[in-house]
Amino acid sequence: MKRTDAFNSGLSENDITDESVFLNRRQLLRQLGFIGAGGLLASTSGHASAGLLDLLGITDTPAESGFSTEPLSFAAADRSPGQVLTTEDKVTGYNNFYEFGTDKADPRRHAQDMQVKPWTLTVGGEVNQPLTLDYDDLFRFELEERIYRLRCVEAWSMVIPWVGFPLAALLKRADPNSDARYVAFETLHDPENMAGQRNRFAGGGLDYPYVEGLRIDEAMHPLTLVAVGLYGKTLPPQNGAPVRLLVPWKYGFKSIKSVVSIRLVKEQPPTSWNLAAPREYGFYANVNPQVDHPRWSQASERRITRGGLGSDERIPTQLFNGYAEQVAHLYKDMDLKRAF
Amino acid sequence: MRFKALQLLVHGLSLGWLGWVYYLGFSDQLGGDPVEAIIHYTGKGALHLLMLTLLVAPLSRWLKQPRLMRLRRPLGLYSALWAVAHVSNYLTFDLQFDWRLIASELVQRPYIVVGLTALLILLVLAVTSLPKLVRKLGRRWRTLHSGIYLALVLVCVHFWWSVKGFELEPLIYGLVALVLLSLKRRPLWRLAERAQKARPPMVK
Repeated sequence: MKRTDAFNSGLSENDITDESVFLNRRQLLRQLGFIGAGGLLASTSGHASAGLLDLLGITDTPAESGFSTEPLSFAAADRSPGQVLTTEDKVTGYNNFYEFGTDKADPRRHAQDMQVKPWTLTVGGEVNQPLTLDYDDLFRFELEERIYRLRCVEAWSMVIPWVGFPLAALLKRADPNSDARYVAFETLHDPENMAGQRNRFAGGGLDYPYVEGLRIDEAMHPLTLVAVGLYGKTLPPQNGAPVRLLVPWKYGFKSIKSVVSIRLVKEQPPTSWNLAAPREYGFYANVNPQVDHPRWSQASERRITRGGLGSDERIPTQLFNGYAEQVAHLYKDMDLKRAF
Repeated sequence: MRFKALQLLVHGLSLGWLGWVYYLGFSDQLGGDPVEAIIHYTGKGALHLLMLTLLVAPLSRWLKQPRLMRLRRPLGLYSALWAVAHVSNYLTFDLQFDWRLIASELVQRPYIVVGLTALLILLVLAVTSLPKLVRKLGRRWRTLHSGIYLALVLVCVHFWWSVKGFELEPLIYGLVALVLLSLKRRPLWRLAERAQKARPPMVK
């Protein structure tokens, strides 16, 4: 419990949507007539009009899920009052998981038939004790909840309650040897069920399987999490079921989903977005407001929390996504503009 | 009578659809991120209307229905309106009137400059669609309004340039744009000559 508190305290006042600003804006919009009785009606009738909307291609279909998530038991994080989490519906309905299509609504739409049982995660390479974990093994670690900010390289962000365990706990079991300087991760390769891996156009031009990597000290850092759940339940497919990585001080694409292989290696491993566009996406990909993406600014971000148009706030982006106190020492002799 | 209905349909769909999308956005029915959704939706809507506008002349020729030409102006104007909505959504809901950010985005992001150039062209064409100005411009009006093809090309470049990876959708739009360009009766390269000729004689 104590440990989780320490990690969650990284959320300061300006990371969370100020409830009063939020309410005022709602009120203003209502006075302007944007949200009237219709808005109330919409919130109670839910997705009643989804059929028509689908026809018009405007909205995403709610998860008519063939996939069921299961409740988890874990040490809960402290939810201080006023802390605004991104709603579960938005966290599970707005995803970059190109294996299931490049539109943010695609993963929820197309991933519901994903099979996660059985699952095999191997830990190998430069280790003294290679491991093979099955689905149930993933949940035998001491699970804890962590509320992390997730900052996408596309300049939006969310605040999400994950459930998982430190990657260090897993790596220590495998007992890395002295040649283990980097860690390479790989996503499931299943072109039959992942349209993005089958078809170059559907997959956004990435080479599959998706691969990511960390330096060993980054991988062993206590903030680096292996997540197996979200909002108290096992992960839905669109969020990387059944097991994914979370590196909260780096852009979201580093937090690789649906991992099947973890290898400790000597040399810096290749990473998918870096291979696709080396000028735009580096190996480190640390969140940094001073280093712009070649095509857009990274100085600020739109925090997605809840509600419709006009309820998000644009907030300044913080160095290392606000986790500088914990991780800045990892990069103390590095030029962050060159090692972007 | 049937043509009246078609006219009403064009007005009703162009305006009603736009209103409907805003209603969905404000009531949080546009998916996980309504901001991105409405920016993309209005942008693509503007492009669809632009393409429809360019389809009117060839259609009326093939169907031998000269009356159809009367739909071209409203479709073009609605395309400009949706484009204005697209940019307003970006400034209001995404950048949220952070003027420093807006200024730096304008200077540094070529795809935004390209998109904005297309918008300016559409606005000039919208203003010069006033009947009075159409008459006043005479022959030059036609030359000026060929600028719509330049706008089309710029919009497609803007779309292609704005996506993160390699995607099929902007490619498809690009191909459709090429088809529309090839449908033009008078080739574009004649425009330069005609612009020369159309220039009023220097008096004095």
